[in-house]
Amino acid sequence: MDKGLSLRDVTIFKQGKALLSVTHDIGSGEVLTVMGPSGVGKSTLLAFITGTLPTDFRAEGEVWLDGHNITNAAPHQRRVGILFQDDLLFPHLSVGANLAFGLKPGGSSAARQAKINEALQEVDLDGFADRDPATLSGGQKTRVALMRMLLSEPCGLLLDEPFSRLDAALRAQVRDMVFARAKARSLPVLMVTHDSDDAQAAGGEVITLGD
Amino acid sequence: MLGPLAAGLLGTLLPAFGHLPAAGLSGPSLEPFRNLFDWGGLPRAVILSVTTGLLATAISLLIVMLLTAGWSGTRAFRAVERLLSPLLSVPHAAAAFGLAFLIAPSGWLSRLTSPGLTGWDRPPDLLIVQDTWGLTMTAGLIIKEVPFLLLITLAALGQADAQRSVTISQALGYGRLTGWLKTVLPRVYAQIRPPVYVVLAYAMSVVDVAVILGPNTPPPLSVQIVKMMSDPNLAMRLEAAAAALLQLSLVIGALIFWRLGEVLAAWLGKHWIASGTRGRFDPMVARIALLAGAGSAIAVLLGLFVLAIWSFAGFWGFPDALPDSLTLRNWVRFGPGTLDALGETALIAVTVALAGLILTIGCLEAEYRYGLSFSQRAVWLLYLPLLIPQTAFLPGLQTLMLHLGADIGRGPVMLAHLVFVLPYVFLSLADPFRAWDARMGTIAAALGASPNGVLWRVRLPMLLRPILTTLAVGLAVSVGQYLPTLLIGGGRVATLTTEAVALASGGDRRAIAVYGLMQTGAALIPFMLALLIPALVWRNRKGLRHG
Repeated sequence: MDKGLSLRDVTIFKQGKALLSVTHDIGSGEVLTVMGPSGVGKSTLLAFITGTLPTDFRAEGEVWLDGHNITNAAPHQRRVGILFQDDLLFPHLSVGANLAFGLKPGGSSAARQAKINEALQEVDLDGFADRDPATLSGGQKTRVALMRMLLSEPCGLLLDEPFSRLDAALRAQVRDMVFARAKARSLPVLMVTHDSDDAQAAGGEVITLGD
Repeated sequence: MLGPLAAGLLGTLLPAFGHLPAAGLSGPSLEPFRNLFDWGGLPRAVILSVTTGLLATAISLLIVMLLTAGWSGTRAFRAVERLLSPLLSVPHAAAAFGLAFLIAPSGWLSRLTSPGLTGWDRPPDLLIVQDTWGLTMTAGLIIKEVPFLLLITLAALGQADAQRSVTISQALGYGRLTGWLKTVLPRVYAQIRPPVYVVLAYAMSVVDVAVILGPNTPPPLSVQIVKMMSDPNLAMRLEAAAAALLQLSLVIGALIFWRLGEVLAAWLGKHWIASGTRGRFDPMVARIALLAGAGSAIAVLLGLFVLAIWSFAGFWGFPDALPDSLTLRNWVRFGPGTLDALGETALIAVTVALAGLILTIGCLEAEYRYGLSFSQRAVWLLYLPLLIPQTAFLPGLQTLMLHLGADIGRGPVMLAHLVFVLPYVFLSLADPFRAWDARMGTIAAALGASPNGVLWRVRLPMLLRPILTTLAVGLAVSVGQYLPTLLIGGGRVATLTTEAVALASGGDRRAIAVYGLMQTGAALIPFMLALLIPALVWRNRKGLRHG
């Protein structure tokens, strides 16, 4: 399979002991949910895919994205986008500058500004470009983080319990928006969570680790 | 940075055993030690080094521990903390001059109370400053080490989960102070042990404070070493080297003694904890500690204030509380000289602090990128240049450089400063740098930023405040350096500190005041900028206001 994110015999070890093993193909626009209690190594799996595995872990196996083996690529060349449970907007940059950080280089500054405004419109944050991210609400921050990531035109999307900090009412709304945007761009999505509602809403296959 | 250290120690070791080819002498011989032991002042000089060092360290540690135990988390503690933190950057020499101007027989305290309370209309004939037992010198060291140990302790508290331990012990009926001592102190002390040792080694071998506040006949061993080093007779260098080795062994001995003291304190502490006493005297002890802490801060502040008055003083007869007139004449007279020294000081300090900062960021970034980690042992290595007394290896370094024909001057002085600046810069930046959320880096990389892009566009801007503070620490440490500038500069590199200390024997209070204030300004203003600049640059960024 060409398009999509493939994990081939990925096994993660901590101090020589295997924590988890995954083999799975995630096609374009599909979602794979990995569930399990904390400490089972879910986030470590994502760290392996982004190329930021902590040194006390070791991994075997390969990660393929859109027909390229990215197992040993540098983190910034993998084109894998990630969202954490904290929005992690850069606190020193305005909302607009955060989006510009994600936007691929090139184009006139007017064209870049237009793309940023467009992105803000898409998530109902018109006119927020000059705001300090610290003054936004939780849901607004998550939406900015999502658009920042999408502007970098990733080929795959990782979600590390991205909704667990949001309160129940907001949660469904933001969750639907993230999955809709990913589907609209035909991105393969890998989500780790310990919330079965998230898994259900994702609608894709579910792997449960560490039982 | 261990290279100069090893070279310096070697350069001390050889002459100490009579080997100094530059003076046409080759060893080995025990002659230098024989000469040293023949010096009648030696026992007194040795005792002075040991007592002032141990007393200053023990008392400042006691004040800081009891102050933190009794008050941490309260408003009074915040107030004392805010008073003490800026004092960290006040150079030792300036603080010592201030104290001398305050408590000398003709000092400000005596003027304020005379003749009304004391009946004196002439300065009394008391040996307060430069007293034979070095008590004033000890006090001068305490008022400077209290802010240092307090800040170190505050940093350690953050990792010790102190507040909850105290809450639990209070719920079990312990007083705040006793609860803290029994539950938090053991963890905190383990963390602040290296800096405590640094304070001990420093206090035992300090030169500038000893020249200003310490006794003369005989002076503490460290001052005697510097005197021998500046003797035109090259053979005196051999004796100086022997004395430097003696100084080194004294410090090592004192550190061992201190370690044994720790063991004893731990044993006593265990029994005290097991006894279950709840701390009946807590309120009284806490109040004394608060007085001592606030008193030490006020002593430095008042001292600087007296320096300021003297720098503008016209005629100021003895029992008058204030000078007859205030004038700019002193500044006009000494200002140009201080500006030259300021230029030299700034050139050296900026170069050294920037070099230290770049090396430190390089180390920490490499640690982050390649997943290296420093062991506890490496931390001790970092502290080593601060633990070896300056008087033990700087004379050796100077002798060695003379021997190699190396040019003595600004460049070597900068290198010598870097040896002492780098550890402080590293210790100051390491925690905030490591505490940075690495997921920010993951996000930035996922957005396509290269490792250098992450460093320059995300990490360094986010860490602007700790980086500027670190730079200010580096500047302050360099500005305050006395011995490396004097010895490695061969007397030809004149900074504000060397000039100010050189004025100590002359006793021209107006000149001392001007130089002391300039020296304080050179160390303090960078700290103010380090607070001001991030507040301005990030004025619209709430997320960075407390970072």
